[in-house]
Amino acid sequence: MRFVTLLLAVALQAQVTFERIRDSEQAQGNWLTYSGNYAGHRHSPLKELTPANVASLKPAWIYQFETGENEVSPLVVDGVMYVTAPNFAAALDVRTGRALWTWNRPVPKDLKTLGFGRVNRGAAILGDTIFVGTLDAYLVALDARSGAVRWQAQVADYRTGHCITAAPLALRDKVIVGISGGEAGIRGFVDAYDAKTGKRAWRHWTVPAPGEPGSETWSGDAWKTGGAPTWVTGAYDPELDLVFWGTGNPGPDWNGDVRPGDNLYSCSLLAIEAATGKRRWHFQFTPHDTHDWDAVQVPMLIETTVRGRLRKVVATPNRNAFYYLLDRASGEFLLAAPFAKQTWAKGMDARGRPIVLPDTEPSEGGTLVWPSLQGATNWFSPSYDAASNQVFVSVREMGAYYHKGEAAYKPGTLFTAGGERALRGDKAFGAIRALDAGSGKQKWEFRLHSPPWAGVLSTAGGLVFGGSGEGNFYALDAMTGKPLWDFQTGNGIACNPISYLVDGKQYVAIAAGHVLIAFRR
Amino acid sequence: MLAIALLFLGGAGVSAQTPEDVNQGKKLYLGHCSPCHGQTGTGGRGPNLAQPRLKHGASEEAIADVIKNGIAGTEMPGAWQLSDREAALMAAYVRSLGRVERADLPGDAVAGRRVFERSGCGQCHIVNGEGVAMGPELTEIGVRRNAEYTREAIVHPGAAVPESYLYVEITTAAGRTVSGQRVNEDSFTIQIRDSTGRYHSFRKQEMKEVCKFAGRSAMPSYQGRLGEAELDNLVAYLASLRGEP
Ligand code: HEC
Ligand code: HEC
Repeated sequence: MRFVTLLLAVALQAQVTFERIRDSEQAQGNWLTYSGNYAGHRHSPLKELTPANVASLKPAWIYQFETGENEVSPLVVDGVMYVTAPNFAAALDVRTGRALWTWNRPVPKDLKTLGFGRVNRGAAILGDTIFVGTLDAYLVALDARSGAVRWQAQVADYRTGHCITAAPLALRDKVIVGISGGEAGIRGFVDAYDAKTGKRAWRHWTVPAPGEPGSETWSGDAWKTGGAPTWVTGAYDPELDLVFWGTGNPGPDWNGDVRPGDNLYSCSLLAIEAATGKRRWHFQFTPHDTHDWDAVQVPMLIETTVRGRLRKVVATPNRNAFYYLLDRASGEFLLAAPFAKQTWAKGMDARGRPIVLPDTEPSEGGTLVWPSLQGATNWFSPSYDAASNQVFVSVREMGAYYHKGEAAYKPGTLFTAGGERALRGDKAFGAIRALDAGSGKQKWEFRLHSPPWAGVLSTAGGLVFGGSGEGNFYALDAMTGKPLWDFQTGNGIACNPISYLVDGKQYVAIAAGHVLIAFRR
Repeated sequence: MLAIALLFLGGAGVSAQTPEDVNQGKKLYLGHCSPCHGQTGTGGRGPNLAQPRLKHGASEEAIADVIKNGIAGTEMPGAWQLSDREAALMAAYVRSLGRVERADLPGDAVAGRRVFERSGCGQCHIVNGEGVAMGPELTEIGVRRNAEYTREAIVHPGAAVPESYLYVEITTAAGRTVSGQRVNEDSFTIQIRDSTGRYHSFRKQEMKEVCKFAGRSAMPSYQGRLGEAELDNLVAYLASLRGEP
């Protein structure tokens, strides 16, 4: 009988249309895009799990990956979970974790990831096709029912340090994809591919060529190795038809002498027209960055009252330790409030440009600055709960000595020119903080033993889930931050949780090291 | 076979190191490795390399292999673009970071061993498989720490507490107090080993108090309890402990 129902469920599996993803509040317990919705909220509308019952959460099943470093945020579609690992994807039965199909693509022997680990953060789905980026910088389209390859498009050349780790973003008839390589002196871009054919629809360079707007913020040939990679999935506003995508550090990271100027559009948020690939506006958080403070955190599209006026905004806690609000249609700067210790800026001017304090530049002997180069937060996701108008963010409280070095660009090698030195005996720690979305004011915090590498998921049931560097997966009360449940997974967690519904039961899933664990009551 | 021959050659080349080689190794290290392992090798995103024994790097050859091929499934990348010589130079530099070289010391190591046995050091330390593991194992202390440090550790233990040793005192909800060395901790729990070697595990939220005493030593000071010559001999003995029986 059960078998029959399962078959039926698969047979009834509807196409994942653009409209289904757009109307994710009616997704009926599915998780259809990287952040759960296009607005980048990583908030589940499910209410079965609550502060009153979450203590009885336990593992339902475990899936083992072959690789040990997993940053995947799974998708869940009508009874099937799609997971990825480097050059690997699998469809799992969402009730048991048993694989329905697997796909992999050989990793070239000479491939190396420069400045980051061999990871993949997830897939996108549109229609009956799954989209995955690979370490060797291909975008691959797979048949969602069998894993068969529909098309593969070369996005860039991996031998120059280009790589895809981010989950693509599928919308309307296109698949948007970002690129990694900010420590290898690439010239960054955001690409869009035709979902049916794999033909490139547009490329949006994140570093302008001479003569293009923004090129005045570079000199000489520095733009050619200017960085500004796009290695975390962005957000999308269907009404404005704008894609919001963050960019990373300029290259080389810690020696800015070779690239005088603001270095647009590094460490910026870009609003790009989905149809044309043209830039509508940009906002640069850290001009002429020399601390590796990428601005790639998932932007959250929210509606909140800012200084008495209800506005549609983009909210983003940045790696540079400030929480920003920007007008969604125009990019106008509205607010920046620190959410972690920072010692580099006195504040912002009226247009949101930081007033940088003296003696904060990396130096040969090392300059002590908060936050450390991993930032006050990093690629892992924040979340937003509209009902309580709270933003939840994983915070890294840590400083470092920044060193400046020499770098000569050599294709396919690290182009960083320096680095950091940890503080001896540093009292570094981590926290989950709840911020009032309209002001950035802290409402509560939950302290973590060490700076985390895991994002958060909030739920309509009133919970916030997160992971720790020591392997704890845990649930907090969304209104108070009080810990309600925790589970030791046995490996430091470096990924984002998701939630979904099966047979009327709410599940929460997280990857930790080699495994993905699905929990339910 | 070829790989083995190359590695061997690399190793052989390194043992005939010139100061220029060390310098070059350092320069290469700063360019390629410091973003993750820190300017002085003490770690950052990657682990501390300034230690005599590395999990994946028991020898210079093993380190060179890690440099060229990375560690699969981790953030440690392989650097295939480096020549074998460059990898070997870097490996030699990495190995030098955490190793204390042999030094000429005034004391007599053989006499120092007797001081060690007489003074009850073995009640808290293991050397070559013998003793009690209350404090750190000292089998390789001569590679890990220089003479100045070990002398300080004996005379002023509080001034030289290794970072991994933290003395904690826990008061349970019922008012019971348990103290000892922290052996592990996460955001919710803490594990400690008391002075009898027994392990305890606590959920931190449920405790009345968790006090951490950074810099407090569980080792008695031997200041005034050992003569100057005895101390010299003891330090010479510890310096001779290099994990090579
Ligand atoms: C992108 C960051 C990164 C870079 C660059 C990097 N490493 Fe690593 N390295 C790591 C990480 C992370 C580990 C720990 C891997 C693990 O989990 O076992 C590691 C481990 C190691 C180890 C093994 C340590 C042990 O305890 O066994 C050695 C040796 C090492 N690295 C040397 C180097 C050298 C030399 C370089 C420069 C050529 C380098 N690394 C560059 C991140 C990096
Ligand atoms: C009561 C237990 C105890 C006794 C007895 C003791 N130690 Fe220790 N020792 C420790 C502990 C615990 C530490 C770890 C750090 C600390 O708490 O100071 C330590 C640290 C050390 C260190 C530093 C190790 C490192 O890696 O940094 C040295 C060296 C040392 N002891 C030598 C000795 C010698 C020599 C004697 C005998 C003269 C001795 N200890 C007696 C408990 C003891």
